[in-house]
Amino acid sequence: MSENVTFHFDVDGENFSSAGEASVLVKKKLRQLGFSPEIIRRVSIAMYEGEINMVIHANGGSADVTVTDEDIVITLADKGPGIPDVSLAMQEGFSTARDNIRALGFGAGMGLPNMKKYTDTMEIDTVLGVGTTITMTVKHK
Amino acid sequence: MQNYKHSVSLDMDKCKGCTTCLKRCPTEAIRIRDGHAIINPVRCIDCGECIRVCPYKAKKAVHDSLADMKDFKITVALPAPSLYGQFDNMTSIDYIIDGLYKLGFDYVFEVACAAEMVSQYTRMYLNRPDVKKPVISSACPAITRIINMNYPFLSEQIMPILPPIDVAAKLARDRAVADHPELDSSEIGVFFISPCPAKASYVKNGFAGDKNNVDRVVSIRDVYFKLIDVMKHEEYPEKGADSGMVGIGWAATGGESSAVFNDRYLAADGIENCIRVLEQIDNEDFTDLDFIELNACSGGCVGGTMTVANAYIAQARLQSLKRYLPVSPNRPKDKEIPAEYFTDFDVEYDAGLSLSSDRNEAMRMMADIQSITASLPGLDCGSCGAPTCMAFAEDIVKNETNANECTIIMRELFHECLDQRKAKELTDKIGQNIRKNGEDGEKIN
Repeated sequence: MSENVTFHFDVDGENFSSAGEASVLVKKKLRQLGFSPEIIRRVSIAMYEGEINMVIHANGGSADVTVTDEDIVITLADKGPGIPDVSLAMQEGFSTARDNIRALGFGAGMGLPNMKKYTDTMEIDTVLGVGTTITMTVKHK
Repeated sequence: MQNYKHSVSLDMDKCKGCTTCLKRCPTEAIRIRDGHAIINPVRCIDCGECIRVCPYKAKKAVHDSLADMKDFKITVALPAPSLYGQFDNMTSIDYIIDGLYKLGFDYVFEVACAAEMVSQYTRMYLNRPDVKKPVISSACPAITRIINMNYPFLSEQIMPILPPIDVAAKLARDRAVADHPELDSSEIGVFFISPCPAKASYVKNGFAGDKNNVDRVVSIRDVYFKLIDVMKHEEYPEKGADSGMVGIGWAATGGESSAVFNDRYLAADGIENCIRVLEQIDNEDFTDLDFIELNACSGGCVGGTMTVANAYIAQARLQSLKRYLPVSPNRPKDKEIPAEYFTDFDVEYDAGLSLSSDRNEAMRMMADIQSITASLPGLDCGSCGAPTCMAFAEDIVKNETNANECTIIMRELFHECLDQRKAKELTDKIGQNIRKNGEDGEKIN
């Protein structure tokens, strides 16, 4: 048994070029904790997609990664517009990203589906006009 | 990887322990200890960035000497295509090839010729239906090393075909052996004329495995000054170059990619830029590419730290040198990529970065790193000898340094002490006044 370790990141909504930096740092931290490349990759991709989503749709937010004895919990919280129809948003290829975002190569509608694909559990807690909190876990035991 | 042989050395007299290389090392491999830079061999990828940035020229690339030619009965020169861009007023590569013969080499085999073969094999490899894309070039050893260290999932996407240097070395040795059946292969010395120390490490560590045919790696700089002496341009040389535009193009970023004859490629250079590309590909972003060329040096191989000319000037010279050359005169006729040109070494994921083999212990250490980092000033000034406050916290937890090394915190403590001392002086003075005033029998304000 050991104490949980949490890594906290503020995701800057203003700066597109810095999107993805938190996932880079998390990768390094998980490597230092000795996790397998497979686990690290799953956490990193889920987190990267979430970060990009927060920048595109919610003007940033926060990302917390907690490592426990059993799993790695990724919590992404924003104060964005909320998701009107979660099941629609979960469909591959569905995206509400604006054209200028698509021009950057984002908005393929794979963000949420990929986050689900690479994690063991994913919960979306969203309130229109208030914000969205996504909690994902990757089991490592 | 503990016994990895590196190709960067430090001149202790010249190193002032400044923080320039510390801050620029892309893998945080450098620390300043006892006033000097030290390199962590597990983390160093031999990119040469510290050699490039050292203001005191204390970091040196380690390479072999041309004097070693005397150790062999027959010698072969393998000039890297970047060599051709080093000379001013050079009208033909033939003079350089001729110059190498004049320096005493018995054979000259251009790496550019082998590069054209590798370009052809790359095109064939990319056409295979089962290949995972994007395929990453295997040419830059600093890049392949950082991939194996930090991006284990991308390792399998590195092109499994020998880089031009190894193809050139094999063909050159085969030719010399065929011409001299009386000699043992060890009596033939194959000298690679290299733009960078990463290639020297690649050879020293036997990364090509049994397929290593290079005996010595010498620097372009050393050869340059010797060549200047022998290239007189008096008469047009008899023996000339055999390479074409494609092979010579490999010297600069984009050359290898454009020879893939497919526009679904990405070419990046400069180690920091390459790392950003790798991070993004590792997150499965950017998947519609067939080929990725990454060069640790800005400009590509012409930007290597063992070259003489400015990378971009060298590139411009190469453009004019290759203008009227045939496109790719060294295209092999093979229907399949010959088995002998495939790499046969497996890469192992290097877990050298983990804090402890025991997860609980690693977690405890990580918790300490988090709290120490939070207590540090966050200036990332490097005065403690670590590149960032977080790296310093890691070093403290790993018992490689101690918290007193933070000059910012020490300065605050120093001021506090001064303040305390001042306060003491003040109270002492007041105390004296009280006593004095008491003696005088007066009231104190």
